[in-house]
Amino acid sequence: MQAAVIVFPGSNCDRDVAVSLAHIMGRPPLMVWHRDAQLPKVDLVVVPGGFSYGDYLRSGAMAAHSPILRSVKEAAAKGTRVLGICNGFQILTEAGLLPGALMRNRGLKFVCKDVHLSVLRADTDFTRRYRKHQVIRIPIAHADGNFFADDDTLERIEDNGQVAFRYVDEAGNLDDRANPNGSARAIAGLYNETATVLGLMPHPERLADPALGGTDGVPMFESLLEALS
Amino acid sequence: MSEAITPEIVKSHGLSEAEYARVIEIMGRQPNRTELGIFSVMWSEHCSYKSSKKWLKTLPTTAPWVICGPGENAGVIDIGQGLACIFKMESHNHPSFIEPYQGAATGVGGILRDVFTMGARPIANLNALRFGAPDHPKTRHLVAGVVAGIGGYGNCVGVPTVGGECNFHPAYNGNILVNAMTVGLAPADRIFYSAAAGVGNPVVYVGSKTGRDGIHGATMASAEFSADAEEKRPTVQVGDPFTEKLLIEACLELMATDAIVAIQDMGAAGLTSSSFEMASKGGLGIEMDLDRVPMRETGMTAYEIMLSESQERMLMVLKPGREDVARAVFEKWELDFAIVGHLTASGRMVLKRHGQVVADLPIDPLAKASPEYDRPWVMPKKAQPLDPLEVPALPALKALRTLLATPDLCSKRWIWEQYDHMVMGDTVARPGGDAAVVRLHGSNRALALTCDVTPRYCQADPYEGGKQAVAEAWRNLSAVGAKPMAVTDNLNFGNPEKPEIMGQIVEAIRGMGEACKALDFPVVSGNVSLYNETNGKAILPTPAIGAVGLLEDLERRAGIAFESAGLSILLVGETKGWLGASLYLREVVGREEGAPPPVDLALEKKNGEFVRKMIAANRIAACHDVADGGLLVAVAEMAMAGGIGATLLPSREVLLHAWAFGEDQGRYLIAASKANARAILTEADRANVKVETIGETGGDVLALSGGQAVSLIDLVAIHESWLPNFMAAPDRNA
Repeated sequence: MQAAVIVFPGSNCDRDVAVSLAHIMGRPPLMVWHRDAQLPKVDLVVVPGGFSYGDYLRSGAMAAHSPILRSVKEAAAKGTRVLGICNGFQILTEAGLLPGALMRNRGLKFVCKDVHLSVLRADTDFTRRYRKHQVIRIPIAHADGNFFADDDTLERIEDNGQVAFRYVDEAGNLDDRANPNGSARAIAGLYNETATVLGLMPHPERLADPALGGTDGVPMFESLLEALS
Repeated sequence: MSEAITPEIVKSHGLSEAEYARVIEIMGRQPNRTELGIFSVMWSEHCSYKSSKKWLKTLPTTAPWVICGPGENAGVIDIGQGLACIFKMESHNHPSFIEPYQGAATGVGGILRDVFTMGARPIANLNALRFGAPDHPKTRHLVAGVVAGIGGYGNCVGVPTVGGECNFHPAYNGNILVNAMTVGLAPADRIFYSAAAGVGNPVVYVGSKTGRDGIHGATMASAEFSADAEEKRPTVQVGDPFTEKLLIEACLELMATDAIVAIQDMGAAGLTSSSFEMASKGGLGIEMDLDRVPMRETGMTAYEIMLSESQERMLMVLKPGREDVARAVFEKWELDFAIVGHLTASGRMVLKRHGQVVADLPIDPLAKASPEYDRPWVMPKKAQPLDPLEVPALPALKALRTLLATPDLCSKRWIWEQYDHMVMGDTVARPGGDAAVVRLHGSNRALALTCDVTPRYCQADPYEGGKQAVAEAWRNLSAVGAKPMAVTDNLNFGNPEKPEIMGQIVEAIRGMGEACKALDFPVVSGNVSLYNETNGKAILPTPAIGAVGLLEDLERRAGIAFESAGLSILLVGETKGWLGASLYLREVVGREEGAPPPVDLALEKKNGEFVRKMIAANRIAACHDVADGGLLVAVAEMAMAGGIGATLLPSREVLLHAWAFGEDQGRYLIAASKANARAILTEADRANVKVETIGETGGDVLALSGGQAVSLIDLVAIHESWLPNFMAAPDRNA
């Protein structure tokens, strides 16, 4: 099982996710520079968090047009697993690998805190080590995480089982106060139609070490290891 | 170039008549405008420390673990295992008042550069903020802008903002304080300094292009505000955190090679102060062709190029023949790279523009012989101690509820949730405790970090206040179990030309120095911000202290939360019930008077070392220093953090309100199992440290034995709601 982490100018969670991948998968990921036109042959591509190109135009908009993204799209089309975290999720929606868009948070401010998520499916390569409807605690840190899609798209992704995670309260209930950014249907993470691409605003790599106060992010990496080995 | 320099032009450059006479003497002729501009920024208070230098020299700056004290871009200490910690705190007060978002953002950018210039990867940011009265019409706008600016910059750069402090007081209505601190790590044998070396070596400019922003920012920061402060908005720079992130990565990448001889960031006074400092420290001259400076705008004059404070720029001296290696790194990161000049043996700064020499100045007289003043000062009138009997006793738990919802004591979650405090994956103790704890990447060791000062104490008695600021920082580090290592200071005061303000500076530095000496806590870097006055009204004296401590083992540390019921609550230190200058007096009674609590440095040291020893012995379940608001507030904070209540047994010797809210110094609260509590008491007896049992954890209320109780949920709601409600309230000006 070999993973790659894409590094854009302005990525800043590339090292964090590389640490989690190396620790849990027992093998360091390849760090792939944005200007490389060709992705090496890997089983998993991670598009990390940060502020690619400063996010000055629109979060993820510039990165979605970088040379490496063309190669990531080709790999995704062939079934290579792709995980986009935070800015990575924004990039995947901008690149059209995932539907919808991530708008400015409802509160208009950057928010960094732990949130609770409900795991909607435990049968994908990203979540098989979780239980269905398990409530997990994972941090968010973003200004643009307010998921938006038109009603038809929302219906379609719900029907297809593409919703990966929803923001819930500690007990697992939907509650508008537990939705930190105003996302439509409290969507925190989303699959593509084949559940081979996952984008999510929360950072599983930030709670994957007991010294940092929690390990609810670990099963995601373990799931991928198990599925792709 | 032959333009006459009139007294008006001299005055508009902030130079006194005597200083201008010095200029003529040094130059041996009348300077041209570019040269005058250079003198003006180099001799500004901001760059020259001319009013404070005499007193700063009295601070202790050495210890076996200090690698580099004040004088470089930041202080450097040895933290063992081949690692150095590089840190500094710096103010961006004036720009933040005029343009809060960009002012605060560029403050963060500047302090980050000070640290990575020396070869360190920044691993944490902190900030100390002071705003005016909550009901002042500008306060909310300033809070919102400053917090968003700090977050906007730090979050994008990807360095966690892990701690800080925030107070409100009407004395800051016209001059807010934004003090930013960065902490970085470098290999102890790979520290980069700014002294130029090697005649003929290339002088290289990297980073962003130079524009017309921020011209005379350093001079602005060295004068009082008048009512027209807003007109100075164009002197505030604009930050580009994305470029800063690239600059960090590019510099660190180049630093891993052997190409760099010396490096200096372009901060206040931009290209002028960076080039003069590098040349002066190396005893060399520089010849620069300003045509080669990457420029954002056309038609810039030499004056504008030299005085621009455009952000995200660095100046380096490279080894000969390494230009291409360096160029490749900066091109990879898509940053400007230009060889703008070379070192000479002349000891002079020679600047060319359009093929002509536009300035020719001696370096040392500007950089080293800047004016140093022994400004007249008077001993500040010190407030008299206040007898607790003269302070009305209000019901304790009702007063507690009031205090927890005051601007100074309320939860600052609204602020720190806007900061990414977890990026880099090593934030072990997040904001909200005594000190932030940041792990040394890939190890089991950590740094503890804090910022402290109590301006109301400094106002009442600058000497005791200066001592207390250092002691509280030392205490906050001790309370998490860390060995306090060193401090950086950020001295914020009013106009030093007024003897009573100068007296505050002198006395505060004396207090700080005594505390640093007694606690073995050297000052390794710092910054001075004077002229924090508007229309003649000065801020409270605010010598902010940023401090770093070392935790050798993450398993042996303490947090503030009560995590289980049935623990004994112990109080370390002497409680006399000191209510002078307390928050109880100000916020509950409505009086600002009395001397601040004195700090007994010997006792401080003994108590702190005892607490650290108990934490290292794993005898402590939770620990919190007793500070603002006193004992009851500290217990409430521990209870709220863990969601476990407590029952306390008030003292019989001290009046209840004085016991509950007195701010006697040198105290800690400890929660420990019954068995550990017994052992701690025995050890304390042996060490001659005063420790008493004052209660027990448990339940969902905070209760005073014998009746009164308040629900924890209620306290949390009160504590958490003040700041978000304040920020969300409808706009009064609308």
